[in-house]
Amino acid sequence: MAIVTIDGQEIEIEDGARLNGIEAARRAGVEIPHYCWHGGLSVVASCRMCLVESGRRDLQTGQVSMLPKLVPACQTPATPDSVFITNSEKVRAARAMVEEDLLIRHPIDCPICDKAGECSLQDYHFEHGQKERRADLKPFTSRRRSLGDTVTLFVDRCVMCTRCVRFCREVAGTSELMVTDRGAHEEIDVFPGFPLANKLSGNVVDICPVGALGDKDFLYQQRVWFMKGHSHVCAGCSTGCSIRIEENQGQIYRLKPRENPHVNQWWMCDEGRYGWKYVHAGERLTAPNAEGKVLEWPAIIDKLQTDLPKAGRLAVALSPFQTVEEAYLLAKFIRQIDPQALIGVGPIPHSGDDESYPSGFTIRAEKCPNRRGIEKLAGALQGELLSWDTLVKRCHPEDEHSAQGLWIAGGYPAPAPWGTDPWITESLAALPLLVVQETFPSPLGERATFQLPATTFPEREGSFINYGDRIQSFTWAIRPPSGVHADGQLYWRLLQQPGLYQARPVLSELAEFFVYFSAASGPIPDVGLDLKINQLAASGPELAGIASAHTPHPTA
Amino acid sequence: MSTEFEPVLLAHVGQPESHTLGYFEQHGGYQSLKRILSDVSPEELVEQVKASALRGRGGAGFPAGLKWTFLDKKSRPIYFCLNADESEPGTFNNRILMEEDPHQVLEGLILSCYATQASTAYFYMRYEYPRAWDRVQRAVDECYAAGYLGPNILGSGYSLDVFLHRGAAAYICGEETGLIESIEGKRAWPRIKPPFPAVEGIFRKPTVVNNVETVACVKHIADRGVEWYRSIGVPPDPNNPRDIGSFGPKLYCLSGHVERPGCYEAPMGITVRELIDQFGGGVWKGRRAKAAIPGGISMGLLREDEFDCPLDFNGPGRYGCLGLGTAAVVVMDETVSIVDFLHNSCQFFAHESCGQCTPCREGTSWALKMLQRIKAGRGRLFDLDLLLEIGDSIGIMPGTTICGLADGAAWPIKNAIRKFRDEFEQYIRQTNPNGYAETSPVPAFDLHAIHGTISSST
Repeated sequence: MAIVTIDGQEIEIEDGARLNGIEAARRAGVEIPHYCWHGGLSVVASCRMCLVESGRRDLQTGQVSMLPKLVPACQTPATPDSVFITNSEKVRAARAMVEEDLLIRHPIDCPICDKAGECSLQDYHFEHGQKERRADLKPFTSRRRSLGDTVTLFVDRCVMCTRCVRFCREVAGTSELMVTDRGAHEEIDVFPGFPLANKLSGNVVDICPVGALGDKDFLYQQRVWFMKGHSHVCAGCSTGCSIRIEENQGQIYRLKPRENPHVNQWWMCDEGRYGWKYVHAGERLTAPNAEGKVLEWPAIIDKLQTDLPKAGRLAVALSPFQTVEEAYLLAKFIRQIDPQALIGVGPIPHSGDDESYPSGFTIRAEKCPNRRGIEKLAGALQGELLSWDTLVKRCHPEDEHSAQGLWIAGGYPAPAPWGTDPWITESLAALPLLVVQETFPSPLGERATFQLPATTFPEREGSFINYGDRIQSFTWAIRPPSGVHADGQLYWRLLQQPGLYQARPVLSELAEFFVYFSAASGPIPDVGLDLKINQLAASGPELAGIASAHTPHPTA
Repeated sequence: MSTEFEPVLLAHVGQPESHTLGYFEQHGGYQSLKRILSDVSPEELVEQVKASALRGRGGAGFPAGLKWTFLDKKSRPIYFCLNADESEPGTFNNRILMEEDPHQVLEGLILSCYATQASTAYFYMRYEYPRAWDRVQRAVDECYAAGYLGPNILGSGYSLDVFLHRGAAAYICGEETGLIESIEGKRAWPRIKPPFPAVEGIFRKPTVVNNVETVACVKHIADRGVEWYRSIGVPPDPNNPRDIGSFGPKLYCLSGHVERPGCYEAPMGITVRELIDQFGGGVWKGRRAKAAIPGGISMGLLREDEFDCPLDFNGPGRYGCLGLGTAAVVVMDETVSIVDFLHNSCQFFAHESCGQCTPCREGTSWALKMLQRIKAGRGRLFDLDLLLEIGDSIGIMPGTTICGLADGAAWPIKNAIRKFRDEFEQYIRQTNPNGYAETSPVPAFDLHAIHGTISSST
């Protein structure tokens, strides 16, 4: 255990934690301003905003000896006995100098800059800058150029922290961005004919500490202070990146990655980042109908409750876009009507191969967030895993145990995957009772007994379990469009539960009944929880290194 | 200075064919190499260089032998970089050595590589030296043909390859880690230290970077011995236990307003005045000197009444300068305007700042903008305070930059304004009688005429 002193406050740092001055100070609740340093990138120590006084405390005498020069906190490791001073006059003067320097050639066009409100240059200026401008005023220019399909560079706003350049080299491994020219003429640029075109390009906008890199998709759409951010999980692939959905009055404007060392570090891919547009698409199914007639929800719910018990053998296809809580409620409802009902999973969308980047970040080929969760749930309820193909076969009239009623839970972003295969459409449409919940109308849905509008991921509440058994919980970020009942609320009502659907009690129920979910009985942290830990523990101390480490050996 | 001083570095400069192997061997060249490769171990050679207290001639004056001992012994290969990116304004001693006596440099280089057990040496030469390039390349070819370079040199079992690498005319490539990045094919942005090049240098391997004149001195230490070397120059300051003295012969580049500018060899510790009078033939046209740069423009400025400053590693520092630097003395006579001098200096550093660290990138360009405005008759007395503030706050001395370029930019500003403040104030009052006392920012509209159009202003 190392003791590090920050502004006179002693903090303990566990062994093996390789922290720099900025990270150590953060643990002490002290913010050291910085531009070029980023936890996910190499250290260049060039912006010089994080200059602090540093020194060492002699363990025997308690004597502190400080270095005469200022040092960049980002480049200075917090080792045992390190001493940092971040609030001295000398440090303040250095920060004021860097802040003044960065504003000499900056256009100070905050009123028309997208970054205003979340800009480090702006925030630090108020906190650390000079009171008055002393340099000559700069003639205003607003030079900008496109770096690629996703990003625009506002040349004059740049502070040359080179985070974006390092990101392209180190994280994406594509090296499109570079620095051209020298000294005060320096600019970020791409080589002619080689635009910024990697699948992680949107991240450079997030890591830009100022308004130099603008996201073309978000540019001039919304002032940042009007938006509310909601912690959520990306539904684009089975990586399940931790994200923040930023919306204003139910309209989403952008998605941003949320730091999660276990899943996505600081990043997300462009596919996920810009892949939310279907949520607000006008073609979305927004009215429930039964046998082709649009009905009000109370009527639909009544009709479902009367028709389903009459259908005979039931089956349900849980959707990999549903949260485990929603899927569980649906399965529970169906099993309440028919205790022998078949519980399987809907189609799992795939596209291409997994794409891994030098940083370890991976875009997965499995384009749904919760296959793992619903498969574990369906498998546990059914005793075996019924895949979509098996389920379709078991619903075919030729099957001896054929089901007569099928509920397909949807929520797929693009046209639903069952819409393409005529054999599936024909055999399923022939069922005496078919309930299809879908986001966009499909040929199968049009022929279903009940066609119900489904929810999209920002409207869902509950938990996704990613490819690696990490469960992440979230609440809804926006309400579904008018006419759409959120999946959870619909099942809640079908189960005749009082009040509003809440995911947490449902998850507790899951944790109580199913070994796989047992770790989720307690609170789920922001970064999620690895369900494997409890699985190992449940399988006995021999398999779980973690369990035996804490349990004294019987022979000892 | 002592009369018995015998020049060694320049001994053959000016002789016909002095750059050829034949001439060099006739005058005792490569004898030390033969002797040392057969009789002296690398460790012994390092000890000799350490004992001689040879200090780097590139500018910082770091003890060369000590630098060699920092090499990471466990990691192989070791690279040797010869820094011939001589770009400090006023400096041309490496050029003389490379053009007129390249084999002297190569023998020193091979000895230094042997001492450090480097297997590859990169000879990083600045772009603007085509003649030196041709002659060094020819000398390297001659050495390969004669067996002084290549595998198993002179049957000793020691192998060395030398590659010439030509810079692309950037001042920052002379900074050792900038040079390393440049050799790796990258933008010459100096690296953060630690790790130092001796631990992680070129291609993340242990690397030594030494100046051309430094390795030439190694040859003469090998030829004539440590005692000879230590008999020349200035002994350590007894009041400073960390001073190891300034020994050996030194090449001084004398230019500016003197009768006979040139590169002269003298013992360490010669004063500026002695240099001007004994070698330079006095100030040009019999005028009075006003100031001199002690060792390349980045070292600052000496007033005429400070010309007794000894040019050793400690001397200029006692007169408020940054150090000895490259020992390039530029003399300015009484007709020179210090405002012009500072403008020129600021222009150079604003142009050459690599742009990595904020204080240097913005500080140098801000200083230049102010000097341009002062020269355009819109100066304010307040600008002098701002300039001094920039000068005092940029560089590795206060810890605000990665490399020393900003210190080099700061010292001319600090020295010129502190030593010639009256002249600056007078200039500003005369050229801007109505606005010299202003302190508020100058409006952008007024600056177009001074800095030109937006994109072309420096």
